[in-house]
Amino acid sequence: MTETTKTGITRRTVLAGAAAGAALLAMPSILRAADRSLKIGVYGGYFQESFDEHIFPDFTSATGIEVQSISEPTGEAWLVQLSQAARAGQAPADVSMMSQVAMLKGQAIDLWSPLDQAKLPNLKNLLPQFVNKYPDGRIAGVGAVAWYITLVTNTDVFPEAPTSWAALWDPANKDRLGLLALVSNSFLLEVTARTFFGGPAKLDTEDGILEVMNKLAELKPNVRLWYRDEAQFEQALKSGEIPMGQYYHDVTGLAAADGNPVRSTFPTEGGILDSGCWAVSAASKKSAEAHEFINYMSDPAIQAKLTRNVGTAPTVARSLTDLTDKEFGAASSEIAPIIPRYDLYQTKSDWLNQKWTELIVAG
Amino acid sequence: MRLEPPRRALDYAPLVFPAVMLTVFFVVPFGIMVMVSFFQRQPAGFYTPAFVFASYERFLTAFFGGVLGFSLGLAALVALICVVIGFPFTYELARARRSVQVVWLVALLSILSLSEVVIGFAWSTLLSRTAGISNLLVWLGLMEKPTALTPNFGAVLTGMVYQALPYTVLVLYPAMARLDPTLMEASRTLGAPPLKAFLTVVVPALRNTILATFIMVFVFALGSYLLPQLLGRPQHWTLSVLITDQAIYQSNMPFAAAMAVFLVLVTLALVGLSLLVGRKEIAA
Repeated sequence: MTETTKTGITRRTVLAGAAAGAALLAMPSILRAADRSLKIGVYGGYFQESFDEHIFPDFTSATGIEVQSISEPTGEAWLVQLSQAARAGQAPADVSMMSQVAMLKGQAIDLWSPLDQAKLPNLKNLLPQFVNKYPDGRIAGVGAVAWYITLVTNTDVFPEAPTSWAALWDPANKDRLGLLALVSNSFLLEVTARTFFGGPAKLDTEDGILEVMNKLAELKPNVRLWYRDEAQFEQALKSGEIPMGQYYHDVTGLAAADGNPVRSTFPTEGGILDSGCWAVSAASKKSAEAHEFINYMSDPAIQAKLTRNVGTAPTVARSLTDLTDKEFGAASSEIAPIIPRYDLYQTKSDWLNQKWTELIVAG
Repeated sequence: MRLEPPRRALDYAPLVFPAVMLTVFFVVPFGIMVMVSFFQRQPAGFYTPAFVFASYERFLTAFFGGVLGFSLGLAALVALICVVIGFPFTYELARARRSVQVVWLVALLSILSLSEVVIGFAWSTLLSRTAGISNLLVWLGLMEKPTALTPNFGAVLTGMVYQALPYTVLVLYPAMARLDPTLMEASRTLGAPPLKAFLTVVVPALRNTILATFIMVFVFALGSYLLPQLLGRPQHWTLSVLITDQAIYQSNMPFAAAMAVFLVLVTLALVGLSLLVGRKEIAA
């Protein structure tokens, strides 16, 4: 497994460690900085690279806190590792970027160290949906990055941009769609509820959910690909092989900027707004540094920098940032978003998954 | 060289290494998997040690029965096609000149070096509307306009046969190379046309090899989980796809383990049954 290779000590790491140790002894100023350090878990790959390049160095120079970025797997594997380590009193990362469903699951076992609002003056800048709270009101996590999943089309095949999610149901689009394969990452239940049933309240009961699923079953003939792997759909969208579907707004924008015939549209019902939170492991002993980091990240100027350099939607109100229309539009929209019903994926996850699989797989 | 039957405990020493390896890398992991399959699933994404049948109960439904049946049928069909194509091919290959054999074997081995991902993406491009072989057919005037030949059952089958065929040939090859050429010559001398000699002499002579190859390709194909996703529709997803979903995306290890244990048991039962049938036929 990759974890073992990551933590395995090789001759190279020993040498690097020795070199770093020598450098530390030689330079007392760095040694002082290293006294204050923070291990921060970020999704491996694009996010980690972007944070290592654009965010962490500036944070270190602003606060003197050394950052060690840890590559964490997406999905819930990281939650499991954090919780097992916390039981042993260890924190593989002090602060981690966690998905909303993982936040709720972590709350259920008190894994997140509650955050102190007094130490987070920038919290007032955040949009309300980005403050994650325990049922009793303690703050469990703070919005880290947000991104939209929107309706995307190939511009060669669709000269006119579609305006509504209802386009997915249009019989004219038979065998033309690429949609995410899992109930917990496609958020199509929420889209269907908003588009045809007036809003997310329809999903409050199991009967309501089944009704929404029946509506969803109607679009199955239109779906050519239920994808788990992003690359699979992106390529087909660019070539026009699968000319319509749901995809990430920021990535589609980058592809269009590279000259590919693709576009991302915010439907009138809104794009799907998914996000990750910063959360502090209960086993972490770096509470002060963690608060300092989270507060730094909630600064509108830093959020604007993230939007410009990483392409994520700001977690603060747009009016607080200096983003231009073009910069803001590349990552976000002022149409009210569809916010996923994360609670469902915690309380009903197995039931939802079972019904969803039956819905899709049944011929 | 004659092999003496082992007499002392020390004579079994050469077996120690493979036995340890088998224990460490197969028996222990499989045991853990069986153990986890009885654990209690916690909806929060964890599991607690217990001895419950909940995961098996969830699996024993018509829905999963259908998926299991499809997976077994698909693997059997892949194995059958591979043997039907691979057997005559390997027969000809084994009789070809040495240099020809080397070229073919290197080509086949190079296919083995391709991962399932590469094979899947390559076939989905080959069968696509925008860049696929239907464009070639249009250019040749055989088709009116290019169409997508994926996703469907045929595409899944094609991809999986492509992936499994090199294994088939490599398993058949040693037995075929050792086949006594005088058998064929004798039957030809006695007046059998080549095809009849092949079917009534070569095929029965290698019956056990064919059975062993079939089983190996069957088991190999059963593990395929990427090609059905890339080339098929959801109704062509195999049990392996659903196991992956449970293990990776739902963090439901007990259920994933229960499905995997079931798949292994059914596979072992089928393999055992076919070996039994094969032995009886030989005895008869």
